[in-house]
Amino acid sequence: MTQPQSVGVVAPQSMRFTEPLLLKSGGRLDAYELVYETYGQLNAARSNAVLVCHALSGSHHVAGHYGGNAADVGWWDNLIGPGKPLDTRKFFVIGVNNLGGCYGSTGPASINPASGAPWGADFPFVSVEDWVCSQARLADALGIERFAAVVGGSLGGMQALSWALQYPERVAHAGVIAAAPKLSAENIAFNEVARQAILTDPEFHGGNFYAHGVVPERGLKLARMLGHITYLSDDAMAEKFGRNLRHGKQVFSYDVEFEIESYLRHQGKKFAGFFDANTYLLTTKALDYFDPAFEFGGLLPAALARAAADFLVISFSTDWRFPPERSREIVGALLHNRRNVSYAEIASDAGHDSFLLDDSHYHGVLSAYFDRIEV
Amino acid sequence: MTALRYDHQMIAGWIAPGETVLDLGCGDGSLLQHLSETRRVLGYGVEKDPDNIVACVANGVNVLQLDLERGLAGFEDDFFDHVIMSLSLQAVHNTVGILTEMLRVGREAVVSFPNFAYWRHRQAILNGHMPVSENLPYQWFNTPNVRFFTIADFESLCAMNGIAVLEGIGFDEGEVVAEEPNFLASVALYRLARTG
Repeated sequence: MTQPQSVGVVAPQSMRFTEPLLLKSGGRLDAYELVYETYGQLNAARSNAVLVCHALSGSHHVAGHYGGNAADVGWWDNLIGPGKPLDTRKFFVIGVNNLGGCYGSTGPASINPASGAPWGADFPFVSVEDWVCSQARLADALGIERFAAVVGGSLGGMQALSWALQYPERVAHAGVIAAAPKLSAENIAFNEVARQAILTDPEFHGGNFYAHGVVPERGLKLARMLGHITYLSDDAMAEKFGRNLRHGKQVFSYDVEFEIESYLRHQGKKFAGFFDANTYLLTTKALDYFDPAFEFGGLLPAALARAAADFLVISFSTDWRFPPERSREIVGALLHNRRNVSYAEIASDAGHDSFLLDDSHYHGVLSAYFDRIEV
Repeated sequence: MTALRYDHQMIAGWIAPGETVLDLGCGDGSLLQHLSETRRVLGYGVEKDPDNIVACVANGVNVLQLDLERGLAGFEDDFFDHVIMSLSLQAVHNTVGILTEMLRVGREAVVSFPNFAYWRHRQAILNGHMPVSENLPYQWFNTPNVRFFTIADFESLCAMNGIAVLEGIGFDEGEVVAEEPNFLASVALYRLARTG
């Protein structure tokens, strides 16, 4: 056994597309750019490519770190690298920043060629299906006809599922982790509160805050604070923060007293410092709209009839954002269609965020699954 | 392990090529792997033990991490040709519930279990101790088994619950026991169906 290693120093690449992309919303992008990173080598048969799809706040920077900044580690670095579950000695791994993002791919902060100013509120609504379509064009450009696997957690898992439905012949294996076949009313409710926080921030300026030289920091901060509550579990919060008081006693103030307040404010502030408010809005809407069963009368088994991939579905016991029952819906629909599917329900106390951690059972299942994939 | 492999061979004899099979408490997936290689079945295993989940995935067996005590609610009626439960029935609390569920989702059920009335087990009790054997390898204080029953008990249960016994075989040390299975067989294997 080789000691698991980092892929080391990585650098993003960019590709420009000039074939117009017609979007599910009816909008279109005449040209766009996608920023991506790759790890490992594409083999001669071009059969070892794995696409990693990112979640709400993720990016193309999935593994490794940037030169000169060893702290800027990819968001799924514990999974990807030589000797890690998604072994880059075997696989050619690709991470892409989704359209509408704020890490370099064309998004609301990019210049709208029609106006010469940032897109802002005029950036069209993008869907999970649109992302998959644009990722497929990147795959075309890289000479990848068929992915050995498409994998993602949360919203990334929804993209992996959508890949298996939109391009059944191009996906050998789909890894759908901590995901759901569609959002619940409660999920949408949380997203709506987050959006309202941004939309009602006076510095949002109807989405055109770039022209005013400001960002709707308060709105983004609130949205992120709310999001963080749903990513953790009651147990994890109790263990990490409990009712710990910063001053050791109650001081009857609205400043930070409880440690959980400090944590949420810190996370919110940090996020508002770099994330684009319009990207947040677009991405939460993409989540809300995702529902492959919608055009099949709400019947998920009918929607998944198109899938031809083998599936690995994973959920986490304390994930109340997308709880195990939601993953079991996907498993049931795959079973109905006689697909090869394995399902692991990982005992974890870390809530939805568990999919980013390196629990031994979780990574054991992933290792075993990726090891079996023939390239 | 001889008895277990024998059990698997007998089960494989009841499975036709191309069947859809569910194996409840599938362990490391070795039976499903065997059925997939020799019968080209579409197989799914159900397990709750994390290490077994990893082992099944490593063996290329479809495995679903579910708790059998919750029943088979996610599975459709009549989906499977055979639903197998090999040496696990004694570890399930809701015995009748799981048998009923097996025959709801499957055309036939295949069940094997250790026979508590096996003569060596009777001997152990006569000597004042709970039986510990190849098929009951645990001590009373660490056993995962929660139901202790005999071949005679199992047949009564089937009769009481309208479960048709299509075939029943007792065996010991890899050999079929022709006579007095409730006394001479350490393991029993049944093929079951709904009545009517």
